[in-house]
Amino acid sequence: MGIIQTPNGFSLDNSGRRVVVDPVTRIEGHMRCEVNLDENNVIRNAVSTGTMWRGLEVILKGRDPRDAWAFVERICGVCTGCHALTSVRAVEDALGIKIPKNAHLIREIMAKTLQWHDHVVHFYHLHALDWVNPVNALKADPKATSELQQMAGPNHPNSSPGYFRDVQNRLKKFVESGQLGIFKNGYWGNPAYKLPPEADLMAVTHYLEALDLQKEIVKIHTILGGKNPHPNYMVGGVPCAINMEGDMSAGAPLNMERLNFIRARIQEAHEFSKNVYIPDVIAIASFYKGWLYGGGLSATNVMDYGDYESVLGDKSTDRLPGGVILNGNWDEIHPIDPRDPTHVQEFVTHSWYTYGDDSKGLHPWDGVTEPKYELGPNAKGTRTRIEELDEGAKYSWIKAPRWKGHACEVGPLARYILAYAHGVTYVKDQVTDALGRFNALAGTSLTAKQALPSTIGRTLARALEAHYCADMMLNDWDDLIANIKAGDFATANVEKWDPRTWPSEAKGVGTVAAPRGGLGHWIRIKDGRIENYQCVVPTTWNGSPRDPAGNIGAFEASLMNTPMERPDEPVEILRTLHSFDPCLACSTHVMSPDGEELARVQVR
Amino acid sequence: MQSADRILVLGIGNILWADEGFGVRVVEALDRDFALPAHVGVMDGGTQGLYLLPHIENLHALIIVDAIDYGLAPGSFRILRGADVPAFLGAHKMSLHQTGFQDVLATAQLMERCPRDLVLIGVQPAVLDDYGGGLTDIVAARVQEAVDAVLAELRDRHGIEARRRDAAQGGLVDPRLSREAYENGRPSAEMACRIGDPRVLGFGL
Repeated sequence: MGIIQTPNGFSLDNSGRRVVVDPVTRIEGHMRCEVNLDENNVIRNAVSTGTMWRGLEVILKGRDPRDAWAFVERICGVCTGCHALTSVRAVEDALGIKIPKNAHLIREIMAKTLQWHDHVVHFYHLHALDWVNPVNALKADPKATSELQQMAGPNHPNSSPGYFRDVQNRLKKFVESGQLGIFKNGYWGNPAYKLPPEADLMAVTHYLEALDLQKEIVKIHTILGGKNPHPNYMVGGVPCAINMEGDMSAGAPLNMERLNFIRARIQEAHEFSKNVYIPDVIAIASFYKGWLYGGGLSATNVMDYGDYESVLGDKSTDRLPGGVILNGNWDEIHPIDPRDPTHVQEFVTHSWYTYGDDSKGLHPWDGVTEPKYELGPNAKGTRTRIEELDEGAKYSWIKAPRWKGHACEVGPLARYILAYAHGVTYVKDQVTDALGRFNALAGTSLTAKQALPSTIGRTLARALEAHYCADMMLNDWDDLIANIKAGDFATANVEKWDPRTWPSEAKGVGTVAAPRGGLGHWIRIKDGRIENYQCVVPTTWNGSPRDPAGNIGAFEASLMNTPMERPDEPVEILRTLHSFDPCLACSTHVMSPDGEELARVQVR
Repeated sequence: MQSADRILVLGIGNILWADEGFGVRVVEALDRDFALPAHVGVMDGGTQGLYLLPHIENLHALIIVDAIDYGLAPGSFRILRGADVPAFLGAHKMSLHQTGFQDVLATAQLMERCPRDLVLIGVQPAVLDDYGGGLTDIVAARVQEAVDAVLAELRDRHGIEARRRDAAQGGLVDPRLSREAYENGRPSAEMACRIGDPRVLGFGL
């Protein structure tokens, strides 16, 4: 095809060697990525494709709208709570149900607990291995590690040489047992890994601490959601009664003792993100100061619906306010309206679906999911064994959502750029402080606008957001106690529980700042049953294929112009894709009979 | 709860993907029909990956029920023990971010808190790629056999007798997602399209 200029400012050249990574490992679901390299091994064209189709209407059509949350909670293992919350919000919006203040605050604490948990687990369990080499940690000097700890995270109590030596011995035993398990399939000899062994050991140590802590934090879900795994949600409020003098027996209402337990867990989360998670990201980033690739669309277009209302029912009090930024102009924020049919639309010119007229986009309320699987004329291989996709034609099971036709990045980085541009004081202070510490360690003088739109910026924004969530939860907890003490015990509004009170037709939308980005569910209800249900999930935005105008999506844009150390070891591709925390099929598929997890990488 | 003799019967898998839901449906049936002593837990683990870590740490015994790809005839039934378990779980992607349950066990091992006794009761699925579907007949026919295998395991290796309930009890799995409600409430193929990518879904297009 030669060189193509996209309307959103990228120059695509697919003439060089093609590298195929399939599947992209350590993500939720099944994803494939193809890139073309120039003679210097720099990525000049990127193709991201979702290989799974999941239409929620397939399971939800005709069911009771009040039950939808329980089904969407089962889509995958990580997005459970945010899909459930988005679902009850969509149904409440359709039926005009206002939830009580206690229900709002309890849902806020559950959502932010999930956000904190998801971000911490993503960083330590999945993404850290793109920066950290656990095998190299075996070579670290525990004393020097202790010194690094005291410099990078001086407020963390676990910093003695003996502590790091113990962890190193444990790691050694684990590696020598031959079950490298979670650390297998790494490209540990690749020069793209830049940390000294001491930083590797510090990060592995904190990985173990994070594993221990995360399971304490999710007890908040067990208490407020009634159980874990699979906490309960409810249209109209929360299925969680309050009786401050109640006993502690199983299933008893929420009481002061339980609320105090929750407060203690929030405090632990707060301390960990402040003293360990954020310092780790800054310390690791400082060793990668020369690797500011991966910004892609975040340098120009970002989107979020906004979330975390301080005042229930007033979107203008969102503590992470939404909107759209275009062309990198942080001085102008366009409002987003998920119900306006001209705002959010999904396109299928390059997706394996058809609308009849594929040049048009459809708003999710009018969404259609009609598969049309056909490979383009330049694809190589067969329909069941594709060697190379033809990105000039249909090439993905992901649709292409756009805001007024613009491709946008979503996620913690998008939210942080928006909050920074909105002038949210807490966020501006966090970013200024983190950049100051990064610049001091790295000996650089980068501004927010230079540093944030990058793979590292995406990873940093996630850490900052986790801590902001812990901080907001402390306020939510205070507000909850104050509201209960003022005599308000209501946790659910059941006025419209009975379908006989509903109109014969209704439509609604629910949005949530999910861990991976703005999540929306659009529902149509007819005669008390679900008529249509469409989800536009964050990875649909970020992983989208091209649109009728030729704009590339966030994954593709983020890989552009990144140099690879070794074309057959896609460390850089994985690092940048993982920084989005992709969640694709959310399925639990058997990928291959022999359990092969290592990505097949083909260089042509 | 953390007592040294604690045992967990854990059903894992995604109920939205046909036979993938086998493990969950077995523990659902077990809990419906049998009462167990307080130190024996029964859990619907779904696809919760790392969220399950705290529940399996330091157990005396972990009994996993799951749909496992052994490459055998659909409906084939296998029981595996100890070190054989992770190897077989490796074929099976359940999730936290595609963290297989194998990874959850490896993580427990790294933390030096692996369950002491590990057994996997598995069935070879017939269909996994039918989104929104229930158990196929050939796999559904194995549910009772798996319940019996769990009971035998508890009795023969741990000296625990389950008591048959006087009346069936629901509630382990949310009633909306109980096997009956889930399978009977499925939208028709005309109402909601069931086909997809032939590379992943087995159907022709």
